[in-house]
Amino acid sequence: MPRKGILVDRPFERLTREQAELIHQASMQILTDPGLISFNREAVDILHSHGAAVESIAGDHQSWQVKIPEQLVLKALDTAPKTVKLGARNPDNALIMHGDEPRVYLITGSETNIWLDVDFPTYVNKADPTKEIRVPEFKPRRGTIDDLCQSAHVCEHLEMVDGYIRTVNIQDRDITEENKDVNKFFASLNNNTKHFMSGLTSLKQLDNVVRMAELIAGGKKALEDNPIISFITCLVKSPLQFVDDTTETFIEVCRRGLPIVVSSSPQAGTTAPIKEAGIMAQINAEVLAGITLGQLVKPGTPVLYGSVPVRARMDTLGDSYGSVETSQYNIDCVQMARFYRIPNYSTSGVCDSKIPGQQSSIERLFSDMVVTMSGPQYLHCAFGLLDCNSVFCLLQAVLDDTHFKMIEFFLRQPRVDQPELEAMLKQIRDVVATSQKLYIGHIRPVLRSGEISGVYPFEGSGEADDVFELAHERMKELLARPVEHIDRETTARIFEEIPGILPRLNIYESGS
Amino acid sequence: MSKDIIATIKENVIQGRKTQGDVGIDDSLAGTPGVVELLQQALKSNVSPQVIISEGLTAGMQVVGEKFSTKEYFIPDMLASAEAVGAAMDIMKPVLESANVETKGKFAIATVKGDIHDIGKNIVAILLKGAGYEVHDLGIDVPTEKVVEFVKEEKPGYLGLSALLTTTMTEMGVVIKALEENKLRSSVKVLIGGAAVSEEFAQEIGADAYCVNAFDAVKVLEGY
Ligand code: B12
Repeated sequence: MPRKGILVDRPFERLTREQAELIHQASMQILTDPGLISFNREAVDILHSHGAAVESIAGDHQSWQVKIPEQLVLKALDTAPKTVKLGARNPDNALIMHGDEPRVYLITGSETNIWLDVDFPTYVNKADPTKEIRVPEFKPRRGTIDDLCQSAHVCEHLEMVDGYIRTVNIQDRDITEENKDVNKFFASLNNNTKHFMSGLTSLKQLDNVVRMAELIAGGKKALEDNPIISFITCLVKSPLQFVDDTTETFIEVCRRGLPIVVSSSPQAGTTAPIKEAGIMAQINAEVLAGITLGQLVKPGTPVLYGSVPVRARMDTLGDSYGSVETSQYNIDCVQMARFYRIPNYSTSGVCDSKIPGQQSSIERLFSDMVVTMSGPQYLHCAFGLLDCNSVFCLLQAVLDDTHFKMIEFFLRQPRVDQPELEAMLKQIRDVVATSQKLYIGHIRPVLRSGEISGVYPFEGSGEADDVFELAHERMKELLARPVEHIDRETTARIFEEIPGILPRLNIYESGS
Repeated sequence: MSKDIIATIKENVIQGRKTQGDVGIDDSLAGTPGVVELLQQALKSNVSPQVIISEGLTAGMQVVGEKFSTKEYFIPDMLASAEAVGAAMDIMKPVLESANVETKGKFAIATVKGDIHDIGKNIVAILLKGAGYEVHDLGIDVPTEKVVEFVKEEKPGYLGLSALLTTTMTEMGVVIKALEENKLRSSVKVLIGGAAVSEEFAQEIGADAYCVNAFDAVKVLEGY
């Protein structure tokens, strides 16, 4: 049984069918004029051998202008699977995504450099020293592999988290470009039994991490049936360029038939038009180009239509994930993916705010709600991410989980049918006939059935806002709750066969 | 046998099952007799009413109160238990009277003149009945004369007044004055409650107590 996710009954859409059709046509035109610039030779060869017009561009870096004809794209859209399964160490955590079914899975990530610790020092009122309050203080520092283990551990226990993308970049002294991939994969997989998706730091490590996944899943065939890992590559650099190394990685992952996200992250205002129609036509062309390449490498490769569109901040020209337009673009992309019936990877929840607080809560709740309502299959909703994707705070992730429970509850389908209404008519008549005319007696049969939403779980007892402290308590509780690690035997084999994993990650040997 | 039935009554009070048809807090007692049926059996087999009250009903309510304070129970649970006890007290009233057993006393309650809010008042009535008081609900928008007449005729030990409006809360002072004029004030403790009123207001009009909520009312009454 796969995870349930949130089934959105009637997804919210911004575009009419005609508008989606117009965007599709515009994207097709973009792919032939101006077409794409590829810095990767192999991609050029593959596309060229299937009929794309190719022309070399003079310059320091070798690159080619590639014009992809519409039929090629349409054929790729045909061979791309309409249902994608993402497996998991615990098979009950598998995710099954149908491109035409708005069932939303909620995913963490992505990698930030900074980890935010929280502490609650006591402050004394100057005017009245008998008055003391505890105030949350957030302290940023560089992320480590221990942090990654902690985050994977807590996310294992966060009910609304359906899949794990690592939240923090491991910057320990003993982590190098060579050993980073095997360590981040092992740390995540060992502390979390949900689906694990990741990018690759070094293509050289691809076979090592695939081997690790095979050992955990129980062999090559078992991994095919239960792909416990998948990959994400930003092969596209907006506007309309295939980057050399990520495209190479993308091609190699496709060859191995493992699920992969083709993702593009244009920034409206700088790397895409600031206007909705413009960024939509462009991002759609970029993602379709990636999907086309992937399907030419290996028809039937499971791909996700990955969209991370964002608007620029006008004060810094950095990404403004908190801006309202960012949610609009994301919802449009969800709709375009559904238009092609390909499962969608979408984004919400990342906020501009640097620390947990009012701004972060409002920004993320806003985009989490609206984007979830549009029904993406794989929603990278960024549990715990702050400061436009550069800071991660576990406390915030705990809060996000709570807020997603509210969204999940809100999106439940109404129960209005004949038997229900008949029961209600009887109840109304019964109660009206009593002297007190109160329905309270009828609450009880549903009180503990899960049909009534709870009070905000971090509500304090007095006037003070205790949300952070209570969420922090909850976080500590979750950390204290054990997770199911990879078993001793498999761990031993992984350490034997795969070079570079830090010995301290071996819980059976390091004594921790 | 009598021990068993009393323990079962207590268990049903905790579960908030007035009659056989009621759902409890869980399914464990589903379909078995509720407080009312058990009480009738107990009375038939001559179990002492005092024992039923103290070891069955009151002991059960005490557990309910504890569960409420530890947040295991919600208000609807508390009210279901209180209603079960209330129904039991109704059945036992003639028995107690003929056996000359003293009850916890009569409690009259009303929403004052001009005010129709009654949710809070009803909750207070249910809970006090469940706590063993003989509750007389005079209704809403009750004129002062009617309250005074009731106190004169029925001699309740306690009078509860509810007002939710700043425009009707002054009626509470009018009721107290009228009780004084009719030389009835010392015969009855006056408790007031409702969103409009406060501790200070209670003092100002000479009420005996202000209650924030129904549980507070039980506590205040226990103090007398
Ligand atoms: C529900 C409600 C109504 C319902 C009443 C339904 C009903 N069956 O009672 C309706 C819609 C009919 C209604 C009507 C009106 N309402 Co109204 N109503 C409310 C509301 C939202 C909640 C009251 C309530 O039931 N609370 C839930 C119960 C459980 O709580 P409670 O009543 O406080 O009772 C608890 C305690 O106070 C205590 N308690 C209460 N009474 C007693 C008595 C004793 C003896 C004891 C020991 C304890 C006790 O124990 C109870 C249980 O724990 C309040 C808002 C508020 N903050 O209270 C406004 C409110 C009371 N209403 C208000 C108003 C203005 C009106 C109207 C005048 C509106 C209009 N313009 O028509 C009319 C009143 C007409 C009239 N003549 O009375 C105002 C009053 C403002 C003011 N001036 O004081 C309020 C405060 C809303 C507001 N902020 O504007 N109302």
